[in-house]
Amino acid sequence: MIEVKQVTRYFGRVMAVDRVSFQVEKGEILGFLGPNAAGKTTTMRILTTYLPATSGTASVAGFDVHQDSMQVRKRIGYLPENPPLYTEMRVADYLEFVARIKGVDPRTRKHAIAETMDKTGISAVSRRVIKQLSKGFKQRVGLAQALVHDPDVLILDEPTVGLDPKQIIEVRELIRSLAGDHTIILSTHILPEVSMTCERVVIIDQGRVVAEDTPDNLTRKLAGSQRFTLIAGGPAGGILELLNKVEGVRQVKLLETGAPAQTHQFHIEGDAEGSINPAIARAIVEKGWDLFELRPEGLSLEDVFLRVTTREEEGGGQ
Amino acid sequence: MKNYLAILGREWKSYFSSPIAYVVMGLFLLISGVFYYLLVTNFVQMCMQADMQARYYQMAVPKLNVNMMAIRPLLHNMSLFALFFLPLITMRLFSDEKKSGTIELLLTSPVTNTQSILGKFSAAAGLYLLMLLLSGLYMAVLFFLGKPEIGQILTGYLGLFLLGLCYIAFGLFFSTLTDNQIIAAVSTVAFILIFWAIGWISGMASPAVGKILGNFSLIEHFDDFAKGVLDTRHIVFYISFTVMGLFLSFVSIESAKWRGR
Repeated sequence: MIEVKQVTRYFGRVMAVDRVSFQVEKGEILGFLGPNAAGKTTTMRILTTYLPATSGTASVAGFDVHQDSMQVRKRIGYLPENPPLYTEMRVADYLEFVARIKGVDPRTRKHAIAETMDKTGISAVSRRVIKQLSKGFKQRVGLAQALVHDPDVLILDEPTVGLDPKQIIEVRELIRSLAGDHTIILSTHILPEVSMTCERVVIIDQGRVVAEDTPDNLTRKLAGSQRFTLIAGGPAGGILELLNKVEGVRQVKLLETGAPAQTHQFHIEGDAEGSINPAIARAIVEKGWDLFELRPEGLSLEDVFLRVTTREEEGGGQ
Repeated sequence: MKNYLAILGREWKSYFSSPIAYVVMGLFLLISGVFYYLLVTNFVQMCMQADMQARYYQMAVPKLNVNMMAIRPLLHNMSLFALFFLPLITMRLFSDEKKSGTIELLLTSPVTNTQSILGKFSAAAGLYLLMLLLSGLYMAVLFFLGKPEIGQILTGYLGLFLLGLCYIAFGLFFSTLTDNQIIAAVSTVAFILIFWAIGWISGMASPAVGKILGNFSLIEHFDDFAKGVLDTRHIVFYISFTVMGLFLSFVSIESAKWRGR
C-alpha cells in the first residue's frame, strides 16, 4: 500500500532524511519510532505530498507522491503534529469544509460527517467553536478531519501528544479499531504506544532507518537472549541442576529463597532463538515441584530503542 | 470549481465570523464619509461664493462641476484609503494558515494551489466590492441633491475596484512569504507605495525614462478613471499587475516546498 524507496531530503545543507526505505501492507499499522528531530515528520510530510523528496521515490496505493500527488491526496488522511484546525469555525462547519475539499460526494457528505463525529466521539461538541474546545477534543477533531473522507491510508504524526491518560487510551483504541480497513502509519516517541498499537515498527534515528520488525521480535533480537524470572517450590539445588539441563538455557542464578512454602526465585537466561519457557515449565512440573511464576523479562522497547540509537551513534562516528 | 468555491466560502465566512470585516469596512466607510462630507460641503461653499460673486459683478453664474470638484478628489482619496485598508484583509490569507498549521491540511488535500489562491483572492475581492458598494450610497445621495454625471462615477468605481485588485493580489503574495501577518501587511503597503512614488519620480527623471516609469505608476493610471475616461490601456495595466501578483503567489507557494517552508 505504501512504498518508500531510498527517500532522501535535504533542508539546505542539512540532511533530514537519509535513504529511508520501508513498506506498509494493506490494513497494517506501522509504528514510526524515533527521538525528536529524527526525521519522522519529514518522512510523513513527503508521504503526504506536503514536501517533495530531494531524491528517492515514494508511492501510496500505487501512485507516486510527486507525479500523481492529487491521486495520493485523495487517498490519504493526515493528522499533522499540530492538528490543522481553523479555530474560529464550529466543529461541524469545519468538517463540512474538509469534506468538501477532500471531495466527499455531496449526497453522502452529511452522513459521512455524522459518522466520523460519532467514531471520534465529538458529536456532542459539533456546534461548539473549535477555539473553545479542550486539547483532547481538538486532537479528536484533528483525527476526524483525517477520517472524514474514509481514506485508504491514515498518516498520524504523534496522535496522542498532549492528551491525558484516559484520552490516550481512547485514541489508541480508536486507532486500533481503524486498522484493517485503513492502512495506518503512526509516529511517536513514546514506546509503549508502539507496542500497544502497532504490528510493525520502524525505528528511525538521525534520518536513517536503524531497525524494522515486529515489536516482539525487535525486543528479542536486540536483546541477544531471552530472560525469565522463575518462582518455584522445591529443593533449591535440585531445581538449579534441573534447569541447567534444559535445552537452550545458558545461565541460571538463584536470586532468593522465600520464607513461606519454600519458594525460590531464579533468573534464567536462554538463547535468543525459539521459546524455552515451555520446556522449563514442563521440566519442573514433571518433577512434581510447584511452579508459581514464569515471567519473560525481555528488554523493554525502551531498552531496545536506546540500544539501537546509541549503537547508531557509535557507528556514525567512524 | 468545487474546491475553489469551498475555499472562497470558508474565507468569506471567516471574515465575518471575526471582527475583521466589520472593523475594516466600518472604518473605511467612516473615513471615506468624513472626506465625502468635507469635499461636498466645500463644494457647496464654493458654489455659494461663486453665486454671490456673479451677482455682485452682474455676471452669469458659473456652472461648477460636482464630478470634477468633489467626486474626483474623493475617488483619489479612497484609492489611498484602500491602500491602507486592503492589506489588513489580505495579510492573514496565507500567513495565518502557515502560523496555525492549517496550510498542511490545504496542501495535502486534493486542491490545487491555483484553486486555493483564486479562492482566497476572490474572497478578499468580494469583501472589497462590498465595501465599495456600501460607499456607493454616498454617491447616491448626491443624485438627490444635484445632477452629477453617473458615467464618471461608475468609471471611477471601476478604477477603484481594479486598483484594489492589484493591492489584494500583492497582499496575497506577501502573505505567502511569511507567517507573520504584520510583516505581510507592512510589506504590502511599502511595496504598493513604491509603485505610487514611481509616478512622482518620473517627473524628475529624463523624459524618456520618466515616461516608462510613469507607465508603471499605479496612481498615474488611476487619474483617467477618476476623470471618467475609460481607457483599455489602464484596464490592461491593472489586470496585468493583478495577474502578476497572483502568479508570484503561486510561485512562492510552489517554491516553499523545496525550501522546506
